[in-house]
Amino acid sequence: MSAILPPSDRLWWKQPIDKVEWAWIAIAFVWGMIMFGMMIYWHIYGKQNLSNEAYKTTPELFAAKAEKFIAENTIRTETDQDIPVVRVPPGGDGYLIARLWAWYPILELEEGQTYKIHLSSMDYNHGFSLQPVNINIQVIPGYEHVVKMTPTKKGTYAIVCNEFCGIGHSWMLGRIYVK
Amino acid sequence: MATTYRTCPISGMQFEDQAEKLMRWNAVAGVLWLLVGGITALLVILTRWPAIKLLPADQFYLILTAHGIDMLILWILFFEMAVLYFASSVLLRCRIATPKIAWLGFWLMVVGGIITNVAIFQGESSVMFTSYVPMQAQPHFYLGIILVAVGALLGTCVFFGTLVVAKKDKTYEGSLPLVTFGALTAAIIATFTILSGAGILIPTFFWSMGWIKEIDAQLYRMVWWGLGHSSQQINVAAHVSVWYLTAAVLFNAKPLSEKVSRFAFLLYILFLQLASAHHLLSDPGMSAEWKVLNTSYFMYFAVMASMIHGFTVPGAIEAAQRRRGFTNGMFEWLRKAPWGNPVFSGMFISLVSFGFLGGISGVVLGTEQINMLMHNTFYVPGHFHTTVVSGTTLAFMSITFLLVPVLFRRELILPKLCQIQPYLYGISMGVLGLVMMGAGTLGVSRRHWDMAFSGAPFQYEWPGAAYLMMGLTGIFGVIAVIGGGLWILLIVGSLLFGKKLDGGNVSDKPTPIPSNTQAASAVAHGSDHVPVPGTVVLALLLFVSFVLYYFVNWKYLSEVWLLS
Repeated sequence: MSAILPPSDRLWWKQPIDKVEWAWIAIAFVWGMIMFGMMIYWHIYGKQNLSNEAYKTTPELFAAKAEKFIAENTIRTETDQDIPVVRVPPGGDGYLIARLWAWYPILELEEGQTYKIHLSSMDYNHGFSLQPVNINIQVIPGYEHVVKMTPTKKGTYAIVCNEFCGIGHSWMLGRIYVK
Repeated sequence: MATTYRTCPISGMQFEDQAEKLMRWNAVAGVLWLLVGGITALLVILTRWPAIKLLPADQFYLILTAHGIDMLILWILFFEMAVLYFASSVLLRCRIATPKIAWLGFWLMVVGGIITNVAIFQGESSVMFTSYVPMQAQPHFYLGIILVAVGALLGTCVFFGTLVVAKKDKTYEGSLPLVTFGALTAAIIATFTILSGAGILIPTFFWSMGWIKEIDAQLYRMVWWGLGHSSQQINVAAHVSVWYLTAAVLFNAKPLSEKVSRFAFLLYILFLQLASAHHLLSDPGMSAEWKVLNTSYFMYFAVMASMIHGFTVPGAIEAAQRRRGFTNGMFEWLRKAPWGNPVFSGMFISLVSFGFLGGISGVVLGTEQINMLMHNTFYVPGHFHTTVVSGTTLAFMSITFLLVPVLFRRELILPKLCQIQPYLYGISMGVLGLVMMGAGTLGVSRRHWDMAFSGAPFQYEWPGAAYLMMGLTGIFGVIAVIGGGLWILLIVGSLLFGKKLDGGNVSDKPTPIPSNTQAASAVAHGSDHVPVPGTVVLALLLFVSFVLYYFVNWKYLSEVWLLS
């Protein structure tokens, strides 16, 4: 009879399914396939796909590479903490360190150029949240993620940390310039 | 072990003595955790409301950790234990298997819950619900959760055992009732979930004791979410079962098709576990192929299952109402539904919120590329407050209005307020979810104490609309807390001060479920088919909203920086 009793028809699996129910199942199935296909379609034709390129690393190794990049490409320093502003060579590699509680260094990019930005964390999980564009990428210690980015608009952008990383989480703010 | 069976005069349901006590204690423990979770919810809301910003940062993160653990694990798991015992022992009219082990499980969960809360409130374990390594909590933070998981696993085993008892004692004939089948789905997913939890939390406990040197941060996230997301899928299976239960009790509704509904539950068992991937879509460690296949529950078969339940639950109600003679037009069956009965209104708001808000936002959030627009933003808690709260919690709250007279043998106090509660709570929680998702769409971070970034070397000013959304989050959050508090007040008040009701006849032996007559079977064989045009319209409305919102988000994505 009802859903709280055993099915009244013991051979319930032989009952025919109503046409309307079939139609709804078909709609749900086709819609699922469209959504599945959409992700694959976007990998082929879409212009916003998260990079698959990642390597195991250690905080020491990554910091060494980043420091070398900073030493070679710094163009000025900013704020009273003298944070280096580093110009990433167009088409080249840039390094961004996430650590308690700062994004280091400041990167300077050019509109329309493509960059390989290497992301990793020195300690806990952090969240790369580029604002106001609103692109969000998880940054995990021990993994170096190489993300190809092409800025589409000039401006000053903020990197908010959006993975909880302790008491200083709320002031972990970084910066990217796009000229 | 000698036991007795009570037949409830109101519902006709039969309660075995031990099972009844277990359900009561589990439900009451759940409500107490909900109280703690609700107080922490208010503190979280009042801190994230930019105009108020009540707590300092350290206390905020502490309270937020407690809110996650007490709500997502403790309130829901305790209530689900009661649901499991109900769906087995009561619906199958049999004794509960090994009640001593069930009690052991209960007390392990109680002790574990207290230990973890002590760890959190001592202040050295503000690591959030997710406790991502290498951020470290005190060892007893993990130990408590492990004890809760072991207790829940014991309860799940007692549920499986009770199904065996019913089969052996022949208390029913044929197949399990659909609601019990749904609970079985929840229990199978729970087993997987708890084993994933053990797989990650035991090593993490060892690591916090210094016995293991390191746990890979990416691996932790993958296995932990086998616990974290799958446990939400237990909730889905459990609250869908509660929807069917409500429809059956209030309307005597039978499923449109046993085959279709059971098949949909089977799809849950097969595919829901893959959802661990939903949290790893913006991670470095997995390939795009892995993400696409897993995030879609292997080509959206579990989404299809939810869409099926979203059709068959209101469809069953419509068919039952039409059989009663509410056949005018498209929606007389819905207009003439018992909207003044909180058991129905709560269940229906839960169904609509879960489908329209939680379901659609969840699939969009779980789309591999679109996830980059929302990952770790306020959109995420917005989404899960429309699933776990508007969906699961509201369904559990509404069924409790039924359980108070039937299980606790007390009349509900203040019936007018009982009528209002599901609307107050359900609607404010739905709006809360929407404005949270709105703030997340504008980029606002989750788990973040200070939108002004004071102390940072730079400035960033969120758009004015983001502040507006956060203000609305504050307002509707407070209303939702009032609605939740009202429920606790009504339920606890009824248990303490409600008029005592007659318990009904008590017998030494269970009365089996009467077997079906041949005539009843013949009727059921498709010949009493009732069309459900109203449900078709509702389902198409859901589908159109789904498609539009889905493609709007692809449009948003196409406008951001190019990434490859």
